[in-house]
Amino acid sequence: MATLKVNGETVTVEVEDDTPLLWVIREQLGLTGTKYGCGIAQCGTCTVHVDGFAIRSCTYPVGALSGEEEITTIEGLSDDASHPVQEAWAELDIPQCGYCQPGMIMAVAGMLNNNPNPTDEDIDAEITNICRCGTLARVRKGIKRAVEKS
Amino acid sequence: MADTGLLSRRGFIVGTGATGLTIGILASCSPSATEPDAPDYSDLPPNPEVNAWVHIDHDDTVTIRIARSEMGQGTLTGLAQLVADELDADWDKVTTEYPTPGQNLARERVWRDFSTGGSQGIRGSQDYVREGAAAAKAMLIEAAANEWGVPASECTSADSVITHASSGQTTTYGKVANAAAQLAPPLEVAVKDPSEWKIIGQPKKRLDTAEKLVGKQVYGADVQLDGMLNASIKQAPKIGASLKSFDAAAVEGMPGVKKVVSLRNPFGEGENAVAVIADTWWRANQALNALPVEWEGGVDFSTAEFEAELDDGLTAEDAFVGNAGGDVAGAFENAAQVIEATYNMPFQNHACMEPMNTTALYTEDKCEIWCPTQNGEAALAAVSEASGLPIEQCEVYKIHLGGGFGRRGAPDYVQQAVMLAMEMPGTPVKLLWSREEDMIHGFFHPTTKGRVRGALDADGNLTGLHLRISGQSILAALIPQALRDGVDYATFQGLVPRGVDPRLEDQTMKYSFDNFLIDHAMRNPPVRPGFWRGVNLNQNAIYLECFMDELAFAAGRDPLEFRMAHLQDSPEAAAVLQAVADRSGWGQDDGIARGLCVMHGFGAYVAACAEVTVSDDGVLKIDRIIAATDPGHAVNPQQIEAQVEGSFVYGLSAMLYGEITFENGEVQEQNFDTFNSMRIAAMPEVETIIMPSGGFWGGVGEPTIAVAAPAVLNAIYSATGKRVRNLPIKDQNLRDA
Repeated sequence: MATLKVNGETVTVEVEDDTPLLWVIREQLGLTGTKYGCGIAQCGTCTVHVDGFAIRSCTYPVGALSGEEEITTIEGLSDDASHPVQEAWAELDIPQCGYCQPGMIMAVAGMLNNNPNPTDEDIDAEITNICRCGTLARVRKGIKRAVEKS
Repeated sequence: MADTGLLSRRGFIVGTGATGLTIGILASCSPSATEPDAPDYSDLPPNPEVNAWVHIDHDDTVTIRIARSEMGQGTLTGLAQLVADELDADWDKVTTEYPTPGQNLARERVWRDFSTGGSQGIRGSQDYVREGAAAAKAMLIEAAANEWGVPASECTSADSVITHASSGQTTTYGKVANAAAQLAPPLEVAVKDPSEWKIIGQPKKRLDTAEKLVGKQVYGADVQLDGMLNASIKQAPKIGASLKSFDAAAVEGMPGVKKVVSLRNPFGEGENAVAVIADTWWRANQALNALPVEWEGGVDFSTAEFEAELDDGLTAEDAFVGNAGGDVAGAFENAAQVIEATYNMPFQNHACMEPMNTTALYTEDKCEIWCPTQNGEAALAAVSEASGLPIEQCEVYKIHLGGGFGRRGAPDYVQQAVMLAMEMPGTPVKLLWSREEDMIHGFFHPTTKGRVRGALDADGNLTGLHLRISGQSILAALIPQALRDGVDYATFQGLVPRGVDPRLEDQTMKYSFDNFLIDHAMRNPPVRPGFWRGVNLNQNAIYLECFMDELAFAAGRDPLEFRMAHLQDSPEAAAVLQAVADRSGWGQDDGIARGLCVMHGFGAYVAACAEVTVSDDGVLKIDRIIAATDPGHAVNPQQIEAQVEGSFVYGLSAMLYGEITFENGEVQEQNFDTFNSMRIAAMPEVETIIMPSGGFWGGVGEPTIAVAAPAVLNAIYSATGKRVRNLPIKDQNLRDA
């Protein structure tokens, strides 16, 4: 059993402690915006925020949470797609298949939480999500657009 | 045409009456057209469809039926633009939905082909899709004219409004849609001349973006049905191996486990997989990982050993001729200089971000699946085959794909999901492959080698060329009936002769050579191959275009001028090549290392110029890519730009990192830690030049992948003086290459 606070709501779920946060979010909470891509923290499609920091939830055991952390998923990033990253993504029409984009958006939003004016080098170091459709060129432009909006 | 009643007004609400399950399939992709003060039409019965392609609601919402699958390539929006333009619809009130393969079957394939591949989504259906829209428009106008008692020819249409100018009357499509649906379709329709297009050719925003920004887009992996169980599967890790034994009792007591089952091989004899069905996927997968299982048999295939077979093919006497002309032997005899190079391409995995999955529900008289598929009708056939039910009792609900790239045309995961559902009649079961299963059990882009020899005369003119391709035929494994006298012409994508076969006219050789031979020594490993985005054009571009670069330098000529000397019969190819050269500053003495590539494939003419730097310790940085495409007609320029940018990620990921190897019959690269994909740090700036010359319909999703790697490899030579001929680059030091 685990207690966690997701998108502002405290919930208790019946799961084994070693269950990754990703699967609790998807299966116990039914929030399927957060995706499974690799299970080994390589691709970043499972990215969510824990206390504002982007983490890869596929390898983050739910038992490691105290219940006090603020967990934010793509569904909780904003009420109406009004987060600057979401707005920038809409303006530049970034997603293709879109499967990696919740993770991409959360990774970028997490970076901007802690580094509101990232350099290209910061972006290279901090945004390491995989996108097989290949939106990466627009993602870089989107980050810069989001910075302008923030 | 009668409404079958299968299609609901707004998206599909798919119900299974027997069990009371419902799921909204989120195919509607546009913001609601309803405004706050909009009239209330709830008392009116819903309008029937105007025809198979178009439904118009009382509030003028135009729902366009899209037969092809959306997997990121933007076809859904592009096809909607085609229909909306011919219909003279108000683009702001357009939404889309997928008809189902079962409906297509029941309506005598009114939507024709559902398969989505070969960059065919738009170019392969644009004619009948536009005609369908034009027919719907004619019926709407006729309905309005009948109501007004005026000739239809005096009425005009724009933005979903019909006007009779001389009487000053107007109406909207929504108001006459019901009457239009009662009319006989016109016997003949004319589509617009491109000069009349208003929506086609515009950089419209995608219709499916909004839900992707908030986590609401439903992919196959996200399907939720009442009472649904989840399954994880493990297939024999070794090629051709079968299941020997497994100990279900060892895991049946684990949390959430409902059933442990073995599965027959969808493509062969016996059983080759085990699966655990549990309440959640995570628990199913945990139990599967703990399940004692033994395999037997299989093939001790090794990619390292297979190289000898490929090498044998490079010089073998027997080979299938794909294209030839002149006297190539004579050219080599009289050559002043003979250049030779051999290139080596590894297996690739598609590696869609969303692993393979399907949700299935089986009862004794019906089997339904919810499936991200590139080929809905093939999936429907697979459901019927696996369930043993007549195809009329089967149905496929297509779900948005988290990437396809050619992988999701295959029915293996569909059949497995049905087999699992048959273990749990009346209960929906979602099968989701782990990333490792997805990597191990791909339909791999084949490994091939290319040996190219060129004859130069004393003046540096290319007088003879022989390209020998050695390696696997995709068609021989997957569609053997498509071979012609044993020849797999798809092997020669981008290299086939002009004017020989209309089906291959989109893949012809752009260069004109006096004496040349292009042939294929088929060497088939026991690995199942697949159509991987760009398919054989990718390696053929490396063989031809890297070698043209080598020849140019050997001849002491400029690589641009050297290519142009053989492009006299392909002005479109020459134009895209010149465009990237001009934009990049080709020929300037500015110290920038550049490389060129030009190809014709999937009906488009494409070129790239890459600019790179290679550090003193051999580290590559791709600084800038200039790409150009002439796809004939450009339906949505901003989406073409997105496809071109994305194609460089796909092509350069393969060039930099992509490699599937086998040892003892087992795939060694099982996740993204060993099968890497490009991250943003490695992504160059891409400038895309879209130069539609009109008059033909070329593909967009695939062709520019082919020019990515050769342009960069040629630029690496320009930077280092070293040729990289074995891919991927991975950890090769480019200064020591």
